[in-house]
Amino acid sequence: MRDVAIIGIGHTKFGRAAKSSLELFSEAALQAMDDAGVTGKEIEALFQGAALPGFEEAQVMPAAFSAAELNLGPIPATRYEGACASASVAIRDAVMWVASGDFDMVLAGGVEKALSMGTAFATRTFAMSCHSPTEGPVGLTFPGVFAMAARRYAVEYGIPLDELREKMAYVSMKNHKHGALNPLAQFYKKMGELKVEDVLNARMVADPLTLLDCCPFSDGAAALVLCAAEDARRYSDAPVYVLGTGQASGSALSKMEDITKPVSRVQSARMAFKHARLEPKDINLLEIHDCFTIAELIALECMGFFGWGEAANATANGETDIGGKIPTNMSGGLIGKGHPIGATGASQVYWIVKQMRGEAAKGNQVDPVPEYGMTDTLGGDFGTLCHLILGRDRR
Amino acid sequence: MVGVGKTQEEIEKELAKQYIPLSYAEYEEALSNGKLMGLKCLSCNKITCHPMPVCQWCSGRDMERVELSGEGELLTFTVIRVAPESFEAPYIPCLVKTKEGPNVIGRLELEPEQASQALIGKRVKMSGTYTYKGDKFSGGAHVCPVFKIVEP
Ligand SMILES: [Zn+2]
Repeated sequence: MRDVAIIGIGHTKFGRAAKSSLELFSEAALQAMDDAGVTGKEIEALFQGAALPGFEEAQVMPAAFSAAELNLGPIPATRYEGACASASVAIRDAVMWVASGDFDMVLAGGVEKALSMGTAFATRTFAMSCHSPTEGPVGLTFPGVFAMAARRYAVEYGIPLDELREKMAYVSMKNHKHGALNPLAQFYKKMGELKVEDVLNARMVADPLTLLDCCPFSDGAAALVLCAAEDARRYSDAPVYVLGTGQASGSALSKMEDITKPVSRVQSARMAFKHARLEPKDINLLEIHDCFTIAELIALECMGFFGWGEAANATANGETDIGGKIPTNMSGGLIGKGHPIGATGASQVYWIVKQMRGEAAKGNQVDPVPEYGMTDTLGGDFGTLCHLILGRDRR
Repeated sequence: MVGVGKTQEEIEKELAKQYIPLSYAEYEEALSNGKLMGLKCLSCNKITCHPMPVCQWCSGRDMERVELSGEGELLTFTVIRVAPESFEAPYIPCLVKTKEGPNVIGRLELEPEQASQALIGKRVKMSGTYTYKGDKFSGGAHVCPVFKIVEP
Protein backbone atom coordinates (compact mmCIF):
# COMPACT_ATOMS: atom_id res chain seq x y z
CA MET A 1 0.00 0.00 0.00
CA ARG A 2 1.26 3.47 -0.92
CA ASP A 3 1.18 6.60 1.23
CA VAL A 4 -1.43 9.17 0.21
CA ALA A 5 -1.28 12.98 0.27
CA ILE A 6 -3.76 15.85 0.12
CA ILE A 7 -2.55 18.37 -2.47
CA GLY A 8 -5.60 20.55 -2.98
CA ILE A 9 -8.50 21.76 -0.82
CA GLY A 10 -11.73 23.67 -1.41
CA HIS A 11 -14.57 24.88 0.84
CA THR A 12 -17.69 26.94 0.13
CA LYS A 13 -19.12 29.45 2.57
CA PHE A 14 -21.36 27.52 4.99
CA GLY A 15 -24.85 28.80 5.75
CA ARG A 16 -27.83 29.30 3.48
CA ALA A 17 -26.98 28.82 -0.18
CA ALA A 18 -28.90 29.98 -3.23
CA LYS A 19 -26.75 27.67 -5.36
CA SER A 20 -27.76 24.06 -6.03
CA SER A 21 -25.90 21.11 -4.49
CA LEU A 22 -24.27 20.41 -7.85
CA GLU A 23 -23.04 24.00 -8.00
CA LEU A 24 -21.87 23.99 -4.38
CA PHE A 25 -19.87 20.81 -4.92
CA SER A 26 -18.46 22.12 -8.22
CA GLU A 27 -17.32 25.31 -6.47
CA ALA A 28 -15.47 23.37 -3.75
CA ALA A 29 -14.04 20.90 -6.30
CA LEU A 30 -12.75 23.61 -8.64
CA GLN A 31 -11.14 25.43 -5.71
CA ALA A 32 -9.42 22.18 -4.73
CA MET A 33 -8.28 21.48 -8.30
CA ASP A 34 -6.97 25.05 -8.69
CA ASP A 35 -5.23 24.75 -5.33
CA ALA A 36 -3.49 21.56 -6.51
CA GLY A 37 -2.87 22.96 -9.98
CA VAL A 38 -4.53 20.01 -11.70
CA THR A 39 -7.14 19.83 -14.45
CA GLY A 40 -10.16 17.58 -14.75
CA LYS A 41 -8.26 15.34 -17.15
CA GLU A 42 -6.00 14.19 -14.31
CA ILE A 43 -8.84 13.19 -11.95
CA GLU A 44 -9.45 9.45 -12.21
CA ALA A 45 -12.35 8.96 -9.79
CA LEU A 46 -14.78 10.92 -7.60
CA PHE A 47 -15.77 9.94 -4.04
CA GLN A 48 -18.63 12.12 -2.82
CA GLY A 49 -20.39 12.24 0.55
CA ALA A 50 -24.05 13.28 0.41
CA ALA A 51 -26.52 12.21 3.06
CA LEU A 52 -29.98 13.40 2.02
CA PRO A 53 -29.93 14.72 -1.57
CA GLY A 54 -33.13 12.86 -2.45
CA PHE A 55 -35.03 14.85 0.17
CA GLU A 56 -33.29 18.17 -0.48
CA GLU A 57 -33.43 18.48 -4.25
CA ALA A 58 -35.03 15.21 -5.40
CA GLN A 59 -31.59 14.16 -6.57
CA VAL A 60 -30.35 10.62 -6.11
CA MET A 61 -26.97 9.61 -7.64
CA PRO A 62 -25.45 13.10 -7.26
CA ALA A 63 -21.87 11.87 -7.68
CA ALA A 64 -22.29 10.94 -11.33
CA PHE A 65 -23.82 14.30 -12.13
CA SER A 66 -21.13 16.13 -10.16
CA ALA A 67 -18.48 14.43 -12.28
CA ALA A 68 -20.47 15.40 -15.37
CA GLU A 69 -20.89 19.04 -14.29
CA LEU A 70 -17.11 19.26 -13.98
CA ASN A 71 -16.53 17.53 -17.32
CA LEU A 72 -14.41 14.90 -15.62
CA GLY A 73 -15.39 12.41 -18.31
CA PRO A 74 -16.92 8.98 -17.73
CA ILE A 75 -14.84 8.28 -14.61
CA PRO A 76 -16.17 6.18 -11.71
CA ALA A 77 -18.12 8.52 -9.41
CA THR A 78 -19.71 7.16 -6.25
CA ARG A 79 -21.92 8.65 -3.57
CA TYR A 80 -21.06 7.66 0.00
CA GLU A 81 -23.75 7.76 2.66
CA GLY A 82 -22.88 7.47 6.34
CA ALA A 83 -25.27 10.20 7.53
CA CYS A 84 -23.19 13.05 9.00
CA ALA A 85 -19.97 11.05 8.42
CA SER A 86 -20.64 10.68 4.67
CA ALA A 87 -17.66 12.78 3.49
CA SER A 88 -15.25 11.14 5.92
CA VAL A 89 -16.06 7.63 4.73
CA ALA A 90 -15.82 8.91 1.12
CA ILE A 91 -12.36 10.36 1.85
CA ARG A 92 -11.30 7.19 3.65
CA ASP A 93 -12.24 5.06 0.65
CA ALA A 94 -10.55 7.52 -1.71
CA VAL A 95 -7.38 7.09 0.37
CA MET A 96 -7.71 3.29 0.12
CA TRP A 97 -8.06 3.36 -3.66
CA VAL A 98 -5.03 5.61 -4.14
CA ALA A 99 -3.05 3.59 -1.59
CA SER A 100 -3.86 0.41 -3.49
CA GLY A 101 -2.37 1.84 -6.67
CA ASP A 102 -5.61 1.60 -8.67
CA PHE A 103 -5.81 5.39 -9.00
CA ASP A 104 -3.06 8.01 -8.87
CA MET A 105 -5.24 11.10 -8.43
CA VAL A 106 -8.80 11.42 -7.17
CA LEU A 107 -11.33 13.98 -5.98
CA ALA A 108 -13.12 13.42 -2.66
CA GLY A 109 -15.45 15.51 -0.56
CA GLY A 110 -19.08 16.11 0.19
CA VAL A 111 -22.08 18.36 -0.10
CA GLU A 112 -25.40 19.02 1.63
CA LYS A 113 -28.29 21.46 1.37
CA ALA A 114 -30.00 20.87 4.68
CA LEU A 115 -30.84 24.43 5.77
CA SER A 116 -33.05 24.85 2.73
CA MET A 117 -35.30 22.00 3.98
CA GLY A 118 -36.58 23.97 6.99
CA THR A 119 -36.38 22.79 10.61
CA ALA A 120 -39.35 20.38 10.77
CA PHE A 121 -38.51 18.47 7.58
CA ALA A 122 -34.75 18.56 8.18
CA THR A 123 -35.32 17.19 11.71
CA ARG A 124 -37.49 14.41 10.24
CA THR A 125 -34.93 13.40 7.60
CA PHE A 126 -31.94 13.65 9.95
CA ALA A 127 -33.79 11.36 12.38
CA MET A 128 -33.91 8.74 9.61
CA SER A 129 -30.35 7.78 10.52
CA CYS A 130 -31.61 6.66 13.92
CA HIS A 131 -32.69 2.97 14.09
CA SER A 132 -35.96 3.23 12.23
CA PRO A 133 -37.86 0.23 13.72
CA THR A 134 -37.33 1.13 17.39
CA GLU A 135 -36.42 4.82 17.46
CA GLY A 136 -38.69 5.84 14.56
CA PRO A 137 -42.13 5.50 16.18
CA VAL A 138 -40.81 6.99 19.44
CA GLY A 139 -40.05 10.20 17.55
CA LEU A 140 -36.45 10.30 18.69
CA THR A 141 -34.39 13.16 17.20
CA PHE A 142 -30.63 13.75 17.17
CA PRO A 143 -30.84 16.43 19.86
CA GLY A 144 -32.99 13.90 21.72
CA VAL A 145 -30.33 11.19 21.54
CA PHE A 146 -27.62 13.51 22.85
CA ALA A 147 -29.94 14.93 25.50
CA MET A 148 -30.40 11.34 26.73
CA ALA A 149 -26.62 10.87 26.63
CA ALA A 150 -26.09 14.10 28.63
CA ARG A 151 -28.46 12.94 31.38
CA ARG A 152 -26.72 9.56 31.48
CA TYR A 153 -23.29 11.27 31.57
CA ALA A 154 -24.38 13.27 34.61
CA VAL A 155 -25.51 10.07 36.36
CA GLU A 156 -22.41 8.03 35.43
CA TYR A 157 -19.98 10.62 36.79
CA GLY A 158 -22.07 11.92 39.68
CA ILE A 159 -22.26 15.46 38.30
CA PRO A 160 -25.42 17.45 39.13
CA LEU A 161 -27.20 18.09 35.82
CA ASP A 162 -27.13 21.89 36.26
CA GLU A 163 -23.38 21.78 36.80
CA LEU A 164 -22.89 19.60 33.70
CA ARG A 165 -25.01 21.99 31.64
CA GLU A 166 -22.74 24.89 32.67
CA LYS A 167 -19.65 22.93 31.63
CA MET A 168 -21.25 21.90 28.34
CA ALA A 169 -21.91 25.59 27.70
CA TYR A 170 -18.15 26.15 27.47
CA VAL A 171 -18.06 23.95 24.35
CA SER A 172 -20.62 26.22 22.70
CA MET A 173 -18.84 29.40 23.86
CA LYS A 174 -15.47 28.17 22.58
CA ASN A 175 -16.75 26.94 19.23
CA HIS A 176 -18.86 30.03 18.62
CA LYS A 177 -15.85 32.20 19.51
CA HIS A 178 -13.80 30.53 16.78
CA GLY A 179 -16.70 30.28 14.31
CA ALA A 180 -17.20 34.04 14.64
CA LEU A 181 -13.58 34.52 13.52
CA ASN A 182 -13.90 32.20 10.49
CA PRO A 183 -15.09 33.98 7.32
CA LEU A 184 -16.37 30.69 5.84
CA ALA A 185 -18.45 29.89 8.93
CA GLN A 186 -22.24 30.11 9.09
CA PHE A 187 -21.97 32.30 12.21
CA TYR A 188 -19.04 34.48 11.08
CA LYS A 189 -19.02 37.68 13.16
CA LYS A 190 -21.96 36.34 15.20
CA MET A 191 -22.20 35.09 18.79
CA GLY A 192 -18.45 35.35 19.34
CA GLU A 193 -18.85 36.41 22.96
CA LEU A 194 -21.49 34.09 24.40
CA LYS A 195 -21.82 33.71 28.15
CA VAL A 196 -22.82 30.58 30.07
CA GLU A 197 -26.24 32.09 30.76
CA ASP A 198 -26.86 32.70 27.05
CA VAL A 199 -26.45 28.98 26.36
CA LEU A 200 -28.47 27.86 29.40
CA ASN A 201 -31.33 30.28 28.75
CA ALA A 202 -31.69 29.71 25.01
CA ARG A 203 -34.80 27.93 23.74
CA MET A 204 -35.00 24.29 24.88
CA VAL A 205 -34.74 21.84 21.97
CA ALA A 206 -34.49 18.50 23.81
CA ASP A 207 -34.17 18.82 27.56
CA PRO A 208 -31.40 19.56 28.75
CA LEU A 209 -30.03 20.74 25.36
CA THR A 210 -30.89 24.27 24.26
CA LEU A 211 -30.57 25.72 20.78
CA LEU A 212 -27.04 26.90 21.65
CA ASP A 213 -26.02 23.37 22.64
CA CYS A 214 -26.85 22.33 19.05
CA CYS A 215 -25.16 22.82 15.69
CA PRO A 216 -27.29 24.46 12.99
CA PHE A 217 -28.71 23.06 9.76
CA SER A 218 -26.48 24.22 6.91
CA ASP A 219 -25.83 24.25 3.19
CA GLY A 220 -22.30 23.85 1.87
CA ALA A 221 -19.61 21.73 0.27
CA ALA A 222 -15.94 20.88 0.70
CA ALA A 223 -13.56 18.92 -1.50
CA LEU A 224 -10.01 17.57 -1.62
CA VAL A 225 -7.61 16.40 -4.30
CA LEU A 226 -5.62 13.36 -3.21
CA CYS A 227 -2.67 11.69 -4.91
CA ALA A 228 0.10 9.20 -4.21
CA ALA A 229 2.54 10.65 -1.67
CA GLU A 230 5.53 10.12 -3.95
CA ASP A 231 3.97 12.51 -6.50
CA ALA A 232 2.71 15.11 -4.02
CA ARG A 233 5.66 17.53 -4.19
CA ARG A 234 5.13 17.93 -7.92
CA TYR A 235 1.83 19.65 -7.15
CA SER A 236 2.16 21.21 -3.71
CA ASP A 237 4.87 22.84 -1.60
CA ALA A 238 2.97 21.83 1.51
CA PRO A 239 1.25 18.49 0.97
CA VAL A 240 -0.49 16.98 3.97
CA TYR A 241 -0.24 13.23 4.40
CA VAL A 242 -2.98 10.85 5.49
CA LEU A 243 -1.18 8.85 8.16
CA GLY A 244 -4.03 6.77 9.50
CA THR A 245 -7.72 6.11 9.06
CA GLY A 246 -10.35 4.33 11.11
CA GLN A 247 -13.99 3.48 10.65
CA ALA A 248 -16.51 1.59 12.78
CA SER A 249 -20.24 0.90 12.99
CA GLY A 250 -22.71 1.09 15.83
CA SER A 251 -26.15 -0.36 16.58
CA ALA A 252 -29.61 0.66 17.66
CA LEU A 253 -29.36 2.87 20.74
CA SER A 254 -31.02 0.18 22.87
CA LYS A 255 -28.32 -2.39 22.02
CA MET A 256 -25.46 -0.11 23.13
CA GLU A 257 -23.78 -1.09 26.36
CA ASP A 258 -23.29 2.53 27.43
CA ILE A 259 -24.40 5.54 25.39
CA THR A 260 -21.74 7.72 27.05
CA LYS A 261 -18.94 5.40 25.85
CA PRO A 262 -19.93 4.47 22.30
CA VAL A 263 -17.86 1.45 21.25
CA SER A 264 -17.97 2.49 17.58
CA ARG A 265 -16.17 5.75 18.39
CA VAL A 266 -13.56 4.06 20.57
CA GLN A 267 -12.86 1.36 17.96
CA SER A 268 -12.63 3.74 15.02
CA ALA A 269 -10.24 6.08 16.85
CA ARG A 270 -8.06 3.16 17.96
CA MET A 271 -7.93 1.85 14.40
CA ALA A 272 -6.72 5.24 13.16
CA PHE A 273 -4.07 5.57 15.90
CA LYS A 274 -2.81 2.03 15.25
CA HIS A 275 -2.67 2.64 11.50
CA ALA A 276 -0.75 5.92 12.03
CA ARG A 277 1.44 4.43 14.79
CA LEU A 278 0.62 7.48 16.91
CA GLU A 279 -1.07 8.15 20.25
CA PRO A 280 -3.32 10.95 21.50
CA LYS A 281 -0.31 12.70 23.09
CA ASP A 282 1.25 13.09 19.61
CA ILE A 283 -1.73 15.01 18.16
CA ASN A 284 -1.55 18.84 18.16
CA LEU A 285 -4.98 19.74 16.80
CA LEU A 286 -8.47 18.25 16.54
CA GLU A 287 -11.51 18.88 14.39
CA ILE A 288 -14.21 16.76 16.03
CA HIS A 289 -17.91 16.17 15.63
CA ASP A 290 -19.50 18.64 18.04
CA CYS A 291 -23.03 18.18 16.68
CA PHE A 292 -24.02 18.94 20.28
CA THR A 293 -21.97 20.25 23.19
CA ILE A 294 -22.13 16.91 25.02
CA ALA A 295 -21.00 15.16 21.82
CA GLU A 296 -17.66 17.00 21.90
CA LEU A 297 -17.04 15.82 25.47
CA ILE A 298 -17.92 12.21 24.62
CA ALA A 299 -15.69 12.34 21.52
CA LEU A 300 -12.67 13.68 23.45
CA GLU A 301 -13.00 10.83 25.94
CA CYS A 302 -13.63 8.06 23.40
CA MET A 303 -10.59 9.15 21.39
CA GLY A 304 -8.40 9.01 24.50
CA PHE A 305 -7.60 12.71 24.93
CA PHE A 306 -9.15 12.75 28.40
CA GLY A 307 -10.17 10.06 30.89
CA TRP A 308 -13.81 9.02 31.20
CA GLY A 309 -15.80 11.83 32.75
CA GLU A 310 -12.90 14.30 32.62
CA ALA A 311 -13.61 16.20 29.39
CA ALA A 312 -16.29 18.43 30.94
CA ASN A 313 -13.93 19.94 33.51
CA ALA A 314 -11.05 20.08 31.02
CA THR A 315 -13.18 22.07 28.57
CA ALA A 316 -14.39 24.49 31.25
CA ASN A 317 -10.70 24.97 32.22
CA GLY A 318 -9.74 25.93 28.65
CA GLU A 319 -7.70 22.81 27.90
CA THR A 320 -9.40 22.38 24.51
CA ASP A 321 -9.09 26.03 23.46
CA ILE A 322 -6.19 27.71 21.68
CA GLY A 323 -3.09 27.56 23.87
CA GLY A 324 -4.54 24.61 25.81
CA LYS A 325 -3.53 20.95 25.95
CA ILE A 326 -5.33 20.03 22.73
CA PRO A 327 -6.94 22.84 20.66
CA THR A 328 -10.25 21.46 19.42
CA ASN A 329 -12.45 22.83 16.64
CA MET A 330 -10.49 26.01 15.97
CA SER A 331 -12.59 26.36 12.78
CA GLY A 332 -15.67 26.82 14.99
CA GLY A 333 -16.60 23.16 14.72
CA LEU A 334 -20.08 22.14 13.66
CA ILE A 335 -21.60 24.49 16.24
CA GLY A 336 -19.88 27.67 15.07
CA LYS A 337 -18.98 26.88 11.47
CA GLY A 338 -22.14 25.03 10.47
CA HIS A 339 -22.90 21.41 9.61
CA PRO A 340 -23.85 20.61 6.01
CA ILE A 341 -23.84 16.96 6.98
CA GLY A 342 -22.53 15.35 3.79
CA ALA A 343 -19.70 17.91 3.61
CA THR A 344 -18.62 18.02 7.24
CA GLY A 345 -15.83 15.40 7.15
CA ALA A 346 -14.20 17.15 4.18
CA SER A 347 -14.54 20.52 5.93
CA GLN A 348 -12.77 19.09 8.99
CA VAL A 349 -9.87 17.92 6.80
CA TYR A 350 -9.82 21.28 4.98
CA TRP A 351 -9.31 23.14 8.27
CA ILE A 352 -6.58 20.78 9.51
CA VAL A 353 -4.73 21.32 6.19
CA LYS A 354 -5.24 25.11 6.46
CA GLN A 355 -3.80 25.02 9.99
CA MET A 356 -0.80 22.98 8.79
CA ARG A 357 -0.16 25.59 6.11
CA GLY A 358 -0.46 28.40 8.68
CA GLU A 359 -3.42 29.79 6.74
CA ALA A 360 -6.24 29.60 9.30
CA ALA A 361 -7.86 32.88 10.35
CA LYS A 362 -6.13 35.04 12.97
CA GLY A 363 -7.33 34.01 16.41
CA ASN A 364 -7.96 30.47 15.17
CA GLN A 365 -4.49 29.63 13.82
CA VAL A 366 -2.46 27.49 16.20
CA ASP A 367 1.16 28.62 16.62
CA PRO A 368 3.47 26.85 15.91
CA VAL A 369 1.66 25.15 13.05
CA PRO A 370 0.53 21.65 14.06
CA GLU A 371 2.57 18.62 12.99
CA TYR A 372 -0.23 16.13 13.54
CA GLY A 373 -3.98 16.70 13.35
CA MET A 374 -6.98 14.41 13.65
CA THR A 375 -10.60 14.48 12.57
CA ASP A 376 -13.57 12.69 14.19
CA THR A 377 -16.85 12.38 12.33
CA LEU A 378 -20.04 10.80 13.63
CA GLY A 379 -22.99 9.59 11.56
CA GLY A 380 -26.39 9.00 13.14
CA ASP A 381 -26.61 8.04 16.81
CA PHE A 382 -23.13 6.44 16.79
CA GLY A 383 -24.03 4.34 13.72
CA THR A 384 -21.03 5.36 11.57
CA LEU A 385 -17.75 6.64 12.98
CA CYS A 386 -14.71 7.70 11.01
CA HIS A 387 -11.33 9.12 12.06
CA LEU A 388 -8.51 10.50 9.93
CA ILE A 389 -5.01 11.33 11.18
CA LEU A 390 -3.06 13.84 9.10
CA GLY A 391 0.56 14.93 9.25
CA ARG A 392 2.94 17.44 7.66
CA ASP A 393 5.61 14.78 7.26
CA ARG A 394 5.32 11.53 5.36
CA ARG A 395 7.07 9.53 8.13
CA MET B 1 -26.37 -29.81 -20.29
CA VAL B 2 -28.51 -32.58 -18.85
CA GLY B 3 -28.33 -32.76 -15.06
CA VAL B 4 -27.29 -29.15 -14.54
CA GLY B 5 -29.70 -26.92 -12.57
CA LYS B 6 -31.93 -27.49 -9.56
CA THR B 7 -35.54 -28.61 -9.58
CA GLN B 8 -38.19 -26.05 -8.62
CA GLU B 9 -39.07 -28.31 -5.66
CA GLU B 10 -35.47 -28.23 -4.39
CA ILE B 11 -35.36 -24.42 -4.66
CA GLU B 12 -38.73 -24.08 -2.91
CA LYS B 13 -37.49 -26.33 -0.10
CA GLU B 14 -34.46 -24.06 0.41
CA LEU B 15 -36.74 -21.02 0.48
CA ALA B 16 -38.78 -22.58 3.27
CA LYS B 17 -35.93 -22.29 5.79
CA GLN B 18 -36.72 -19.67 8.48
CA TYR B 19 -34.17 -17.06 9.46
CA ILE B 20 -36.33 -14.62 11.45
CA PRO B 21 -37.51 -16.25 14.71
CA LEU B 22 -39.73 -13.27 15.65
CA SER B 23 -40.47 -10.70 13.00
CA TYR B 24 -40.70 -7.02 13.79
CA ALA B 25 -44.32 -6.99 12.61
CA GLU B 26 -45.14 -9.78 15.09
CA TYR B 27 -43.27 -7.88 17.83
CA GLU B 28 -45.29 -4.75 17.11
CA GLU B 29 -48.55 -6.70 17.02
CA ALA B 30 -47.76 -8.22 20.42
CA LEU B 31 -46.95 -4.72 21.76
CA SER B 32 -50.37 -3.56 20.58
CA ASN B 33 -51.84 -6.38 22.67
CA GLY B 34 -49.91 -5.16 25.71
CA LYS B 35 -47.17 -7.78 25.48
CA LEU B 36 -43.43 -7.08 25.32
CA MET B 37 -42.05 -10.07 23.43
CA GLY B 38 -38.43 -11.16 23.20
CA LEU B 39 -36.30 -14.16 22.32
CA LYS B 40 -34.56 -16.46 24.80
CA CYS B 41 -31.25 -17.82 23.56
CA LEU B 42 -30.84 -21.58 24.00
CA SER B 43 -27.04 -21.19 23.93
CA CYS B 44 -26.45 -18.43 26.53
CA ASN B 45 -29.93 -18.22 28.11
CA LYS B 46 -29.98 -14.42 27.71
CA ILE B 47 -32.89 -12.45 26.33
CA THR B 48 -32.90 -10.49 23.07
CA CYS B 49 -35.41 -7.63 22.73
CA HIS B 50 -36.24 -5.98 20.31
CA PRO B 51 -36.05 -9.15 18.23
CA MET B 52 -33.05 -9.81 16.00
CA PRO B 53 -32.27 -12.75 13.71
CA VAL B 54 -29.42 -13.75 16.07
CA CYS B 55 -28.93 -13.48 19.84
CA GLN B 56 -27.83 -9.91 20.66
CA TRP B 57 -25.37 -11.28 23.25
CA CYS B 58 -23.73 -14.35 21.68
CA SER B 59 -24.96 -14.38 18.03
CA GLY B 60 -26.65 -17.75 18.70
CA ARG B 61 -29.28 -18.86 16.20
CA ASP B 62 -31.43 -21.07 18.45
CA MET B 63 -33.89 -18.82 20.23
CA GLU B 64 -37.43 -19.27 21.51
CA ARG B 65 -40.10 -16.63 21.96
CA VAL B 66 -40.74 -15.38 25.50
CA GLU B 67 -42.89 -12.67 27.01
CA LEU B 68 -41.03 -10.10 29.11
CA SER B 69 -42.49 -8.65 32.31
CA GLY B 70 -42.39 -5.09 30.98
CA GLU B 71 -40.70 -4.06 34.24
CA GLY B 72 -37.37 -2.34 34.42
CA GLU B 73 -35.31 0.67 35.43
CA LEU B 74 -35.29 4.11 33.79
CA LEU B 75 -31.81 4.65 32.33
CA THR B 76 -32.38 8.04 30.73
CA PHE B 77 -34.94 10.20 28.90
CA THR B 78 -35.43 13.58 27.27
CA VAL B 79 -38.32 15.93 26.64
CA ILE B 80 -38.52 16.67 22.92
CA ARG B 81 -39.48 20.33 22.46
CA VAL B 82 -38.71 20.62 18.73
CA ALA B 83 -40.42 17.76 16.91
CA PRO B 84 -39.78 16.34 13.46
CA GLU B 85 -42.45 16.80 10.83
CA SER B 86 -45.36 14.39 11.54
CA PHE B 87 -44.73 14.43 15.33
CA GLU B 88 -46.10 16.85 17.91
CA ALA B 89 -43.98 18.13 20.81
CA PRO B 90 -43.68 17.80 23.73
CA TYR B 91 -43.15 14.09 24.31
CA ILE B 92 -40.66 12.00 26.28
CA PRO B 93 -38.50 9.29 24.70
CA CYS B 94 -36.89 7.02 27.26
CA LEU B 95 -34.41 4.18 27.54
CA VAL B 96 -35.33 1.36 29.94
CA LYS B 97 -33.20 -1.50 31.25
CA THR B 98 -35.64 -4.40 31.49
CA LYS B 99 -35.64 -6.77 34.44
CA GLU B 100 -34.78 -9.55 31.98
CA GLY B 101 -31.64 -7.79 30.72
CA PRO B 102 -31.94 -6.03 27.38
CA ASN B 103 -32.55 -2.28 27.07
CA VAL B 104 -35.70 -1.10 25.32
CA ILE B 105 -36.49 2.30 23.88
CA GLY B 106 -39.97 3.73 24.25
CA ARG B 107 -41.90 6.68 25.57
CA LEU B 108 -42.43 7.75 29.15
CA GLU B 109 -45.99 8.47 30.32
CA LEU B 110 -45.43 11.63 32.35
CA GLU B 111 -46.25 15.33 32.32
CA PRO B 112 -43.23 17.09 30.76
CA GLU B 113 -43.15 19.49 33.73
CA GLN B 114 -42.54 16.53 36.05
CA ALA B 115 -39.63 15.15 34.04
CA SER B 116 -36.63 15.68 36.32
CA GLN B 117 -33.19 14.14 36.51
CA ALA B 118 -34.18 12.51 39.84
CA LEU B 119 -36.37 10.04 37.91
CA ILE B 120 -33.33 8.26 36.49
CA GLY B 121 -32.87 4.90 38.20
CA LYS B 122 -36.56 4.64 39.20
CA ARG B 123 -38.54 1.47 38.55
CA VAL B 124 -40.84 1.60 35.54
CA LYS B 125 -43.41 -0.70 34.00
CA MET B 126 -44.85 -0.90 30.53
CA SER B 127 -48.25 0.78 30.71
CA GLY B 128 -49.32 0.69 27.06
CA THR B 129 -48.16 1.64 23.62
CA TYR B 130 -47.86 4.68 21.43
CA THR B 131 -48.90 4.33 17.80
CA TYR B 132 -47.13 6.62 15.38
CA LYS B 133 -49.57 7.29 12.57
CA GLY B 134 -46.70 7.29 10.10
CA ASP B 135 -45.85 9.47 7.12
CA LYS B 136 -44.99 8.80 3.50
CA PHE B 137 -41.48 7.66 4.49
CA SER B 138 -42.30 5.31 7.38
CA GLY B 139 -43.89 2.35 5.61
CA GLY B 140 -47.15 2.76 7.47
CA ALA B 141 -48.03 3.13 11.14
CA HIS B 142 -45.71 1.77 13.84
CA VAL B 143 -45.90 1.03 17.54
CA CYS B 144 -43.54 1.55 20.47
CA PRO B 145 -43.88 0.67 24.16
CA VAL B 146 -44.90 3.28 26.74
CA PHE B 147 -43.59 3.07 30.30
CA LYS B 148 -44.69 4.71 33.53
CA ILE B 149 -42.87 5.27 36.80
CA VAL B 150 -44.03 2.77 39.44
CA GLU B 151 -41.63 3.74 42.21
CA PRO B 152 -42.61 7.13 43.69
ZN1 LIG C 1 -27.05 -16.05 23.22
